[in-house]
Amino acid sequence: MRPFEYVSPTNKEQVATLLGEYGSILAGGTDLLALMKDDVVAPQRLVNIKHIDQLRGVTYQPGNGLRVGALTTIAEFAEDANVRRVYPVLADAAHEVASPQIRNLATIGGNMCQRPRCWYFRNGIGLMAKTPDGKSMVLEGDNRYAAILGNAGPAYFVSPSTLAPVLIALGAKIRLYSAKAAGSGVRELPLEEFFVIPKSEHELEHDLKPGEMVIEIVVPPPSQNLKAASYEVRQRAAFDWPLAQASAALEMDGSTVKSARVVLGHVAPIPWISPEAAQALVGKSISPETAMVAANAAVAQAKPLSHNKYKITLAKAAVKRAILGAAGQSTGGAA
Amino acid sequence: MKDDPTRKPETTSGVSRRDFMKISGVGVALPLVLGPKMVEAAGEEVAVHGPGKVPVALTVNGKKLSAQLEPRVTLLDALRDNFDLTGAKRVCDRGVCGACTVLMDGKTVYACAVLAIDAQGKNITTIEGLAKGDALTPVMQAFVAHDAQQCGFCTPGFIVATTHFLEQHPNPNAEDIRRGLSGNYCRCGTYNGIRAVALAKPEGRAS
Amino acid sequence: MSEYTWPDPATRPLLGKRISRVDGPVKASGRAKYTYDYNPNGLLAGKILRCPHAHARIVSIDSSAAEKMAGVKAVKVLQTPGTEIFWAGDEVVAVAAVDESTAEDAIRAIKVQYEVLPHFVSDAEPPKNIGVNNGPISRDDFEDMEDNQVPDEQVIAAIKANGISFKPDDKYLKDAQASGVDPQVVEALRSAKYAEGKTSRSPYKKTAVQKQGDPDKAFTSAAAVSEGFYGASCITHCCLETHGMASEWPTDKDLVVHVSTQNLSGIAPQVSEPLGIPAGNIQVLQQYIGGGFGSKFSPDRWGIATAQLSKAAGGKPVKIMLERDAEQEVAGMRPSGFARVKIAADKDGKLVAWESRSWGTGGMGGGGTPPLPYIFEIPNQRKQHIAISTNQGSARAWRAPNHPQAAVITMTAIEDLAAKMNMDPVDLITRNLELTGPREKIYRDELPIAAELMEWKKKWHPRGDKSAGPIKRGLGLSLHTWGGRGHNSDCDLTIHPDGSVEIKMATQDLGTGCRTIITIVAADTLGIPLDNIKLLIGDSRYPVSGASGGSTTSGGVTSSTRRAAVDARDQLFAKVAPALKAQPKELEAVNATVRVKSDPSRSLRWKEACAKIGAMPMTIRGKNPDKSKPPDLTNSGVGGVQMADVSVDTETGIVRVNKMVAVQDCGLVVDVKTAESQVLGALIMGISYALYEEKILDPVSGRMLNPNMEFYRLAGIADIGEMKVHMMIGKGYDERGVIGLAEPPVISPGAAISNAIANAIGVRVPFLPLTPARVLEALENGGTHATV
Repeated sequence: MRPFEYVSPTNKEQVATLLGEYGSILAGGTDLLALMKDDVVAPQRLVNIKHIDQLRGVTYQPGNGLRVGALTTIAEFAEDANVRRVYPVLADAAHEVASPQIRNLATIGGNMCQRPRCWYFRNGIGLMAKTPDGKSMVLEGDNRYAAILGNAGPAYFVSPSTLAPVLIALGAKIRLYSAKAAGSGVRELPLEEFFVIPKSEHELEHDLKPGEMVIEIVVPPPSQNLKAASYEVRQRAAFDWPLAQASAALEMDGSTVKSARVVLGHVAPIPWISPEAAQALVGKSISPETAMVAANAAVAQAKPLSHNKYKITLAKAAVKRAILGAAGQSTGGAA
Repeated sequence: MKDDPTRKPETTSGVSRRDFMKISGVGVALPLVLGPKMVEAAGEEVAVHGPGKVPVALTVNGKKLSAQLEPRVTLLDALRDNFDLTGAKRVCDRGVCGACTVLMDGKTVYACAVLAIDAQGKNITTIEGLAKGDALTPVMQAFVAHDAQQCGFCTPGFIVATTHFLEQHPNPNAEDIRRGLSGNYCRCGTYNGIRAVALAKPEGRAS
Repeated sequence: MSEYTWPDPATRPLLGKRISRVDGPVKASGRAKYTYDYNPNGLLAGKILRCPHAHARIVSIDSSAAEKMAGVKAVKVLQTPGTEIFWAGDEVVAVAAVDESTAEDAIRAIKVQYEVLPHFVSDAEPPKNIGVNNGPISRDDFEDMEDNQVPDEQVIAAIKANGISFKPDDKYLKDAQASGVDPQVVEALRSAKYAEGKTSRSPYKKTAVQKQGDPDKAFTSAAAVSEGFYGASCITHCCLETHGMASEWPTDKDLVVHVSTQNLSGIAPQVSEPLGIPAGNIQVLQQYIGGGFGSKFSPDRWGIATAQLSKAAGGKPVKIMLERDAEQEVAGMRPSGFARVKIAADKDGKLVAWESRSWGTGGMGGGGTPPLPYIFEIPNQRKQHIAISTNQGSARAWRAPNHPQAAVITMTAIEDLAAKMNMDPVDLITRNLELTGPREKIYRDELPIAAELMEWKKKWHPRGDKSAGPIKRGLGLSLHTWGGRGHNSDCDLTIHPDGSVEIKMATQDLGTGCRTIITIVAADTLGIPLDNIKLLIGDSRYPVSGASGGSTTSGGVTSSTRRAAVDARDQLFAKVAPALKAQPKELEAVNATVRVKSDPSRSLRWKEACAKIGAMPMTIRGKNPDKSKPPDLTNSGVGGVQMADVSVDTETGIVRVNKMVAVQDCGLVVDVKTAESQVLGALIMGISYALYEEKILDPVSGRMLNPNMEFYRLAGIADIGEMKVHMMIGKGYDERGVIGLAEPPVISPGAAISNAIANAIGVRVPFLPLTPARVLEALENGGTHATV
């Protein structure tokens, strides 16, 4: 790690000033410190936000839904009584994140802001690594874990968050804050809009303006007829990055689907919403056959790179199983 | 030691002979500690620490320890290099392998993923702090009895993790073990013994 | 004459029992100090600047800025400008500084310019036409073409078109013709135009074609022939304690090193030569080591650098422990091994013919040659191995070198053949056990035990689980062997007049239980409790004992300890005999007493007996081997059988191991508990390399893409399934003597798991690791080809 200055403000109004041009926010630190050790990023100042109590707490109101302070750790989130009761799909997904040690440190805000695991990026070659003659290293090299959707380039990495697809399926919003922004300084976005596919090495994969920070995730109250599930295909039984993930939220009308949201994770540079899969479900009752039709629709536009065709199969299986899981049917899986 | 006075820890209790050797001469060797630089943000003064060495005070195994450290020093490196608490191992140094597992305010964390300066005000417990004196804790005894160790390099981290895990899951099943003990890796392949330890449910943290 | 023979089972208080490792408590409490933990006052931190290119030439090095930095105590250029670097991560400059951060800053301040050269990192199947190129044909190229059966007319055309860059003499040409090269090709060589100049450096190096019997005829007349593609990718050792060493000079002539090593007694000679000091002036220390697995026999360039940096820093201790990425990239790997195999059996399932074209890489050196076909001496064979030189850190011995690759090529081919013949592979293998030579009886004993522990008869089904749903379950098996004879070992055993016993040996305990078995053998022989013995290892000033490699330690250290303890006991008997009014040979040492065998009431407590020694302690040297003190207490050649039960999710390619069974022989088992742990550990390591581990090299940059523990996946606690280990103990095994156990059980898991997957899904996933991508690809195209 390179040397840096360290500050610990106690209110969020101070953060933007302290960040300046070359600072980074330190929350759980599980991703940032690793990036700094690998010299992928080298902030000149870390602004530790963990002493800002305004960013803590999980609250639930039946009318307004769930508000999750950015500093909530994944473990706190997974174990929160309201989350477990009202949004079991979220609690389950949070329980599967990384390892206990990571869940005890890492925060919800950090989970949204974590950087891609692309090995060219992590090995310091760049998020859009290029060969000396200007070709994409990911395309030319080993892309077994790279994107199959949203991969028109030059970004080929996959979005690393496993919570974001679930949250997006549930219609979550993200609240951002900067003391330097106009008005209240708060900006609220549908969570999916927070994730962007960067077009150049200098862009981030998040819509964070300079000085801005995540302060809260808001999840709307689930309707009585909502059924949701998430499925991760992981090579190891635990503590492994999913090779593909899908989250399904089905608004039911009796036994048929009134509306649906299907979001894929780890297959595109952003959490990938599949309106095609959702559309395929509307008006249908859930069965392995209808789930498969939706799964096929979800990957209809997928484009394999030289080494990742298998991820299309995995994405399909994840979508199918998430849908069946949401409907409370056997997924037939889980070897 | 003359080159690097910050390697000398100050302790307030439980000074071992070795600790004493390291402490002696603190008074003359430590440079005058200057206060941090202050900057104004949103109408308040905020202290800026570093990038050079700053005083860092930690509570480890119930003892107050302090050292002059750059902000970039991790809790793991501070424990190992400055306080000679080498039970937590540096293996991946990227928050994956679990060999550096310690308790921070009673919860397991990877000490390599925490800055020492950020661990101030927390209660840190290392493997050395689990046992009292030479006696082994029930979990440690179970690791020995089930031969849940070979080279032993992952063992301290695994024992800290298992100790905390059993406090949370007094009657663990396979699913609990999958989720709760997957944050530690072993290369020799001692998981069968560790699983037996978890299922044998040795009680209590204290020795 | 003393009786050194291992004692009869009836008279072994400790030997062969189930005993917890003696260093368990110190490890479990976190008090065990490893090399990485060595942390003396004034320790300087060493760091290494590594080449980021897979193949390059150093043009210039400017370390002036680093040298001027506050806190930097020494800078040492390890490879000078002009040097060609052959793999990414190779060491270029080392620095020592007051702390790690400063050393890291110093490394960052060093400027090195490289001329980047083309790299080659692929271990894909060598093309059929390797060696054909536009320049003059080198000897390598020519031999490549021949070995790869390039059609003669093509070879002749190439020779005529390009000329040759070597001068074949008459002997060479004669040998060529004798080895089967077509006479017209030989003639083309003889009359070829010699073209001086650039020889093409082919990365492919081949062994000659080995042939025995008449494979062509055997294949033609066989009842069943199976062809397949099998193999295992490169993996790393991934020791949790990275490689490293700390050096300090108490005087300018004396060096003390702490090193993480499997070879404590062998380090000083390797350090003395580059430093130009007498080996006797070097003391090598190590109490605990965090894994070696075959990768830690040398002090390595970085270790020598610590001594050089320390010298430059006035003798202060300097420690370098590799960073994880360097550990993964340069500090050891297991060569890949792949093969196209053709295997045949007669109508009774007797193996009659084998043909293989195998290849693999072990870095620049090319790697070893797997012993094919494994275990089974098939009468008719034709085989050839091609070693591929690649720009990556060189292979190091990895538990049971070459055997896991051989097993994963052979046992899979046999299983495919059995499937083709609609035979249960246990049946087919049983019918061929006479081809396993001296281990036949062992396998015959072990197979039924393994089958019963696995419930094979009940659970096995013909290839392809026909049950409904995406989850398919299957069983597989594999057999293995290893040598494991005890290495040279000297042991000093001292009995003090107060009854305490001390043993000194310059060996190392890798976590195998070495300390424990030495202590057991001594305590068992002397009839005293384990804690009556103070065992001192880990210091090169103690009597020399061999490196811990190839499963040689157990046999070595127990044999030398047994001889020392028997001699010490018998000398003690001689001193005690008069007091007990008996002849020395009438005495025995049991239950911490020395007593008369025929009249146990005539006895002295151990302490009382030892007091008869006199004022001075008594030290006895035991050795292995020692022909003057027969019998041979160690042996060689073990057998093991393993079976796997897996589930495969055919929609995702995810494999879960439900159960592993291992039945293992290692001669006389000294400690059942640590022996079982060794086998369990090997099964788990085997699951890990079978399903997850792969050293992934980037074709574009030539660098390792996963030099970490995130995408270099090790199995976790949730990935192992149920495990059953059965050690072969008792008659037929005990009397063989002590044989090492570290290598054999790690050989079979990959093959057994691969076979179980094939049994489950009905097609072969060609090579390890058996990832979802490869499983799905095999399902899609029938297992004949794999690209990822």
